[in-house]
Amino acid sequence: MDNYHDRPYQTNEKPMTAVETVLKVSGLTTRFETQDGVVHAVNDVSFSVRKGEFLGVVGESGSGKSVTMMSLLRLIPMPPGKIVGGEAIYDEIDLLGLELDDLRSIRGDHIGFIFQDPMTSLNPVLTIGYQLTEWLKVNTDMAEEEREGRAIELLELVGIPSPEQRLKSYPHELSGGMRQRVMIALALAASPNILIADEPTTALDVTIQAQIIELVKDLREKLGTAVVWITHDLGVVAGLADRVIVMYGGQIVEEGPVAEIYASPKHPYTIGLLDSVPRVDQKGSELVSIPGAPPALYAEPERCTFAVRCPYAFDRCLQENPPLITVSTDRSVACWYDIDKEGPRHVW
Amino acid sequence: MSGEVAAPVEDSSVDRPVFLKVEGLKKHFPILGGLWRRQVGAVKAVDGVTFHIERGETLGLVGESGSGKSTIGRVMLQLDEATEGVVDFDGVELTATTGEKLRKIRPRMQMVFQDPHACLNPRMTVASIIGEPLREHRTGSREERQQRIDELLSLVGLEPGHANRYPHEFSGGQRQRIGIARALALNPDFIVCDEPIAALDVSIQSQIVNLLENLQKTLGLTYLFISHDLSMVRHIADRVAVLYLGRIMELAEVEELYNHPKHPYTQALLSAVPVPDPVVEADRQRVILEGDIPSPANPPPGCPFNTRCPVAQERCSAEIPEWRELRPNHWVACHFAQ
Repeated sequence: MDNYHDRPYQTNEKPMTAVETVLKVSGLTTRFETQDGVVHAVNDVSFSVRKGEFLGVVGESGSGKSVTMMSLLRLIPMPPGKIVGGEAIYDEIDLLGLELDDLRSIRGDHIGFIFQDPMTSLNPVLTIGYQLTEWLKVNTDMAEEEREGRAIELLELVGIPSPEQRLKSYPHELSGGMRQRVMIALALAASPNILIADEPTTALDVTIQAQIIELVKDLREKLGTAVVWITHDLGVVAGLADRVIVMYGGQIVEEGPVAEIYASPKHPYTIGLLDSVPRVDQKGSELVSIPGAPPALYAEPERCTFAVRCPYAFDRCLQENPPLITVSTDRSVACWYDIDKEGPRHVW
Repeated sequence: MSGEVAAPVEDSSVDRPVFLKVEGLKKHFPILGGLWRRQVGAVKAVDGVTFHIERGETLGLVGESGSGKSTIGRVMLQLDEATEGVVDFDGVELTATTGEKLRKIRPRMQMVFQDPHACLNPRMTVASIIGEPLREHRTGSREERQQRIDELLSLVGLEPGHANRYPHEFSGGQRQRIGIARALALNPDFIVCDEPIAALDVSIQSQIVNLLENLQKTLGLTYLFISHDLSMVRHIADRVAVLYLGRIMELAEVEELYNHPKHPYTQALLSAVPVPDPVVEADRQRVILEGDIPSPANPPPGCPFNTRCPVAQERCSAEIPEWRELRPNHWVACHFAQ
């Protein structure tokens, strides 16, 4: 088999141009065939991940943020899931066109993944040590004697106290925060170029969340890994991300550098979302809520999926689904209404 | 309907009469073990808390998982029996009240639950869910009950047409509205809101919180708002109690607590909450706590927080700090808080 894994991965040889892309996704479309009909979970999603950047992906449940990322590594159950279109170029290879065997050597090795609930990702009947060394056996050519040492090193790296003893622990003997650290150790074991973290702190208490965030920040600086952090929490992303993608109804509705997105959001959904969250550092004021509820995605979007909840919607929004329009360097928004000019956007 | 609605409170700064009192409340759950299932230990979910709630206010109860915040709510409503201590509701000592007498008081205190999927019977229509407390407490005639159901539906922002539908036909936010309507059916004056927004999407959370605030204003309700979301508690609460391992660490007026936290745990907790503002986040100093929350079955001796506290001294692991009033209305349980 064409073992992708054997090829040295080289990005440093390219001259450092303005931005170096490690992953370029275009036109990704994923659907689920359910009893109630076809769910259009991800519709024509395009974005890229830059080398070493911290990319925040923000959205509510059902916005397609997890399915988008899981589709890339085919981690969605298929069937009922089906990737119907698009490509994802990683190191000149289309991940979506790859045979499953070849994709396995990308998973973990080049692109690591951590999930919300580490309890479901770790095998409950095997020790932490077994699972780490097993991983090293499958994914590296490390000799048997070296593996345990490396496993201890990895646990140290993620800040687990007395790692030698922890190797003998079972997942249920660790706290939620410790389990998530083990998952991070597994995901980073091969120094991947991209780490995708799917709501990794949502199930954790806020003081433990702060620990994990600090850890990922540190590791990213040490290892230079690009991190894609999926979350519904606008606060988490504000302190972490370089760039932010906002998803709604299975589409990207806004994309841009973190400071600009928070200072001058351009999509009415982003605006509504930012207005609807209270802040711990400010006195309570009236919360502006977005009326209605997120859409059910039983049909291909033929109009803006946010239009029915949008205070700015006009006739075009109900007739045509707006594409992601580049409005300035690094900023795009999928909206027919121009917030800055307070009128319809002039695009055709 | 029995119109026992308290007068709306106009100004939050005025002194409000004490409505509920909790004194030395403990709730220990037995740990059974061995062949004869004898008690071998106890989970000290709530281990001696004292506070009061004033009429018409919202008391925020914050804490991490396992801190005992839900248990306090349940014991206050007598859904669980207290192991020790007193709960006094509007002059009635609930912990000493049983049977028919307690049943007569129950309509006045209600609960809104976290998971709107789990707390509504999927086989009952919305009308029968909301009408159940009315039937149970034999309130009004059939027509009056029907009228009350319509009234409640519009009160929580649903339509009369929704009455004959089933819970699964509604979104999470709408289901939470149904849960609130049910809690309001018997005209309560006190509602325990146990993580009412934790299961909801961000854009829906603010809808529900705004609804709860409006209902409080129009009906003069008193809330115990249990939450782990410190940002939302700052928004909704008048006073806040911070819980750790079954004990209250600090209690103060909301702005006092958020601007001048005195307990090291409160300080760490507040600094751990991310702020949705990149500019603020860039300069923020975080207190990162080491380690995990100890098990409530085996709490550390002395101050429950001493194992993670950045300023802990020897004394902290030997002596439980006194619950003292540092400033007027600002209570703290720490040897060193000033």
